[in-house]
Amino acid sequence: MNYFLEVKDFSHTIGEKTILKNMSFGINKGDFISIIGPNGAGKTTLLKCLDGILPLEKNVSIYLDGKQLTKYSRRDLSKKISYVPQAERQTFPFTVTEFIFMGRYPYISPFSQFGLKDNEVVRWAISCTGLESLANRRINSLSGGERQKVFIAAALAQETEIILLDEPTAFLDYKHQTEIKSILENLNKKSGVTMISVTHDVNSAVVNSDSVIAVKEGCIKFQGSIRDLMNVKLLREIYDTSFNLLKHPTNGGFLIVPGKEE
Amino acid sequence: MSKLPDKAILPLLIAGSLAVCAVSMFTGATSLNIKALIGTANNIDSMIFWQIRVPRVCLAFLSGSGLALSGMVFQALFRNPLATPFTMGVSSGAALGASVCLRLGVIFTFCGISSVSVCAFTGALLSIFLVYGLVRAAGIFSTVAMLLAGVAVSLTFSSIILFFQYISDFAQSYKIVRWLMGGVEVFGYESVFHVFPFVMCGAVIVWFYLNELNVMATGDDVALSRGVNVRNTRKILFFGTSLVTGGVVSVCGPIGFIGMMIPHICRLIIGPDHRKLAPAVFLSGGSFLVFCDALSRILIAPAEMPVGIITALLGGPFFLWLFLKGAAKEEVCF
Repeated sequence: MNYFLEVKDFSHTIGEKTILKNMSFGINKGDFISIIGPNGAGKTTLLKCLDGILPLEKNVSIYLDGKQLTKYSRRDLSKKISYVPQAERQTFPFTVTEFIFMGRYPYISPFSQFGLKDNEVVRWAISCTGLESLANRRINSLSGGERQKVFIAAALAQETEIILLDEPTAFLDYKHQTEIKSILENLNKKSGVTMISVTHDVNSAVVNSDSVIAVKEGCIKFQGSIRDLMNVKLLREIYDTSFNLLKHPTNGGFLIVPGKEE
Repeated sequence: MSKLPDKAILPLLIAGSLAVCAVSMFTGATSLNIKALIGTANNIDSMIFWQIRVPRVCLAFLSGSGLALSGMVFQALFRNPLATPFTMGVSSGAALGASVCLRLGVIFTFCGISSVSVCAFTGALLSIFLVYGLVRAAGIFSTVAMLLAGVAVSLTFSSIILFFQYISDFAQSYKIVRWLMGGVEVFGYESVFHVFPFVMCGAVIVWFYLNELNVMATGDDVALSRGVNVRNTRKILFFGTSLVTGGVVSVCGPIGFIGMMIPHICRLIIGPDHRKLAPAVFLSGGSFLVFCDALSRILIAPAEMPVGIITALLGGPFFLWLFLKGAAKEEVCF
């Protein structure tokens, strides 16, 4: 079977240090994958490798649509995969609209102006993320949750088939967590965008994803369905601490509570 | 802050710049008889106008716009409001070159360019490659690492300059101090032709990379994921604008403030979108230096004040005023 995005026995070293070791997994079009694991496990590094943000070897064993990742030009790759970083960073005080328009970068050439199509896509991205009322605000005056939506909208404006997200709901309050989750879920279900989301929080992964990849010390410890992940022994192996499972009140699944096993 | 329609800003700035330049040409210790300027008559008024005032205004405008544009690019490249080619050591390199030349009393001309300018430009080049080489050797390309390397080089050069000043006699020492204050006094067009290619090539490069500057201002990882070739773009813009600054400083001396403050002031008024910001920075940097130079000619006339003193004296408080106004509205940079 051919995966849309396939990682075959991939390792990545930075300097002398091997960050990722012999990883293999495949992702189909339209999947919603969560990559979980403790801090420093290499989740973000993996995400950055998938988008070629970190320099990759020429002969890299990551394939997108059957083609080696390094065979894509920067610009072509950016039309296929977009990346949403943690929105905590400082930046110039662009307006929300200006910032989202930057997602159109791969589609414009130097000296040219944004066209009708660009306007249309940006308007769509704004409405998907419910940012209409904030469109003219400056992004450094927004709250963390609002800012995260702007970063997602900019990735949407890039019109890619895959969106990579780095801890999209960490640091956000419950309302914004819920809103962001439902935005991502809508995009995944209705528009068929493939989502790959990194999170250290298993409970937030549980809500959206179809399947989970657990990373520890640069190795894949587990990949499969959420249901199979909900195993106290497995979770302890991944996170080096004990957990209790708790029945989710509405969806029939489980939630995890860190603490001494009972 | 300003709610001027976007389309009105550029024509307004062009008109303003032309007006400032025109007024400046008729400002100075000697008042000119306009009638004498027309025609080919060889009189003293036309001599002052065509050989002193016009080239001086041209040089001031080009230098101001070059310095301001370079500052804007550095602030975006390093995502740091303090980054300019000056902080990165370009101007202290140039100053060191000039000081050595003045101390040793080397006098020659190269294609009509004075020995001081040639040495200053060599110094600027030296510092650019030194900073870049240091960062490369350390293997860290973070913006903070480059800034620190730049500041360290800059401070080292500054103390070497002080040393040269200390071992100079009074005349040489005064020449060095005077050079460090900056100025755009010229006779004839040689200096203008020296600066022109630097500023114009720089402007074209910057113009080509305006979209990249916007995207890179949000972070290297985001820029890469949007399809920007960050490494090459940064290298081209870094060397391109450093050369602009080196070219300008080698002729006019290190005129501070413009490279750091003009981009900030424009950003507070126009916003950070480089496609609108760059032309505004270019025009206002140029006309600001022309304006300051005109002031320098009349404030203590018939003597002249070094223009570097005026740029900072005027621009500093103006920036602080804008800054406080902007801060209240959460519109400050960073």
